[in-house]
Amino acid sequence: MIELSNIKKAFNQNQPNEYWALHGIDLTVEAGKVTAFRGPSGSGKTTLLTIVGCLSRPTSGRVRFKGEDISGLPERFLTDIRRQSFGFVFQQFNLIKGLSALENVILPAFPTGRPRAELVAAAGELFDQLKLGHRSAAKVEWLSGGEQQRVAIARALINNPEVIIADEPTANLDTALSKEFMAILEGFTAAGKTVLLTSHDPLVVESSAVHRVVGMRDGRLVDG
Amino acid sequence: MRIWLEKQRHLIDFTLASLARRKTKNIGLLLAYTLLVFVLASLTLFTHALRTEATFVLAGSPEVILQRMVAGRHDLIPPGYLDKIGRIRGVQKKEGRLWGYYYDPVLNANYTFMARPADEVADGHIMVGNALARERGLDKHNTISFRSYSGKLFTFEVSAVLSPDSELLSADLVLLSENDFRSFFEYPAGHYTDIALSVANPQEVRTVAAKLSSALPDSRPILREEVLRTYQSVFDWREGIILTVLAGAILAFAILAWEKASGLSAEEKREIGILKAIGWETGDVIRMKTWEGLLISLTAFLLGFIAAYVHVFHFGAAVFEPVLKGWSVLYPKFTLVPAVDGLQIATLFFFTVFPYTAAVLVPIWRAAITDPDAVMR
Repeated sequence: MIELSNIKKAFNQNQPNEYWALHGIDLTVEAGKVTAFRGPSGSGKTTLLTIVGCLSRPTSGRVRFKGEDISGLPERFLTDIRRQSFGFVFQQFNLIKGLSALENVILPAFPTGRPRAELVAAAGELFDQLKLGHRSAAKVEWLSGGEQQRVAIARALINNPEVIIADEPTANLDTALSKEFMAILEGFTAAGKTVLLTSHDPLVVESSAVHRVVGMRDGRLVDG
Repeated sequence: MRIWLEKQRHLIDFTLASLARRKTKNIGLLLAYTLLVFVLASLTLFTHALRTEATFVLAGSPEVILQRMVAGRHDLIPPGYLDKIGRIRGVQKKEGRLWGYYYDPVLNANYTFMARPADEVADGHIMVGNALARERGLDKHNTISFRSYSGKLFTFEVSAVLSPDSELLSADLVLLSENDFRSFFEYPAGHYTDIALSVANPQEVRTVAAKLSSALPDSRPILREEVLRTYQSVFDWREGIILTVLAGAILAFAILAWEKASGLSAEEKREIGILKAIGWETGDVIRMKTWEGLLISLTAFLLGFIAAYVHVFHFGAAVFEPVLKGWSVLYPKFTLVPAVDGLQIATLFFFTVFPYTAAVLVPIWRAAITDPDAVMR
């Protein structure tokens, strides 16, 4: 489903502080599976996810998504693909403070122009699936860490994407909540979604919900 | 089209929610902006209404007034001048006028005395302006005495108080008969203060004035349009004075608004990053912020303009009245007829709404074109 060939990524290129985060990554990600990237901080996991999720472009190399080369597309097209095909769960959740859980969840669908009633109904279903229905009107800063993460998950799902990208999803959760997240993850694969996540949490990478673990170090793939 | 509308609705919903989240900042900004629009709109509405009023009032005055000059000073029209003018084509009516000023030590104010034909005011009677009647407590059939400049006391009966509608012009006016006028001021017989001429065709006014100048070289014709222009200049000058006085405050408000609009907090930058990461395009972010700028500036414009309208036309522009109307002991009380000029509104709109919206957009554009992966780092 996703093919990466010789992906390299440099930050501050041609400047004294030039830094290469990825040194030629070749990888194929299967559809409908959970792939976890494991590695220490600075190994390039997150950078790789941003490239796969169309949040940034590689400095060189090709990204193919469902057979189409997307690495050279202009920002507008990348945004379209990102909105339609990828859902993101960020490490810090990145919810917008001051807005309710419901408002946060429907935000990614605003540019699609879907009617509000339809969005609220879709969000309601997601809240029910994630056992968060009673908190939909609460402002996100009043929610617990676990609840905030479930809001972030609902937001990632609102546009019904094929791929879920989660960056260190359990980094801010305790063991019980981490297990709860893994249960949700199994629900994703059951629904046929492809999941890419980064983690150094053994609870995640050693979980049966994860189909493949890809090791990374210093911007290169190593044995998982 | 439906999708586009729905999208704009979502953006406006989000903008309103965003504005509500930063209540203190936005209410402060809105108040400062409303005040700025209020001051500017009050000023333009008031001066425009005064100019309109002046034009309206002067519409009934004679097209040409002829004054005789001696050594560059206004002098009396000697007998025979009216005949000297003879028949000038286009002049409908010519009439010698008698008027002068009288200082009343009771009010420390100057009155304008003007003679009217006997069929309007009988000998021994006067008609007085509303402000004068108000200040001296006069009513119809009351009597009042004035000591003339020669020391003689004259007593008059008030036959009428002039209509308050004409107060802008008649506040200090005393109308009396020609006989009374001449004996009160000991005015030489056959002399007049000036000559008023009515010209039917506005195109001919300048030709008539030129003919008058050549027929009576020691006289000066004053055209109504010149008087009007002088009024306009006076109001322009007064408006300029207020603007100069307020320039500091206006600038301070402008800087405040600019600073509030253009300074993006770290929180706002973070939010823009999140919105981009979850699928908003740069254009969506800019459109959302445009709505935000428009909502604030349009609300401020509407509130400020409506407040200014009420201030000027219902409360007589109490804040600027002393400067714009000028000073007088016998202050005329008059209600301005609401007069709003479309071009003025457009200018005010352009100079208040447009700069703010632009100020909002520049930093947003800079923030919105940053890579969306920033939120992942």
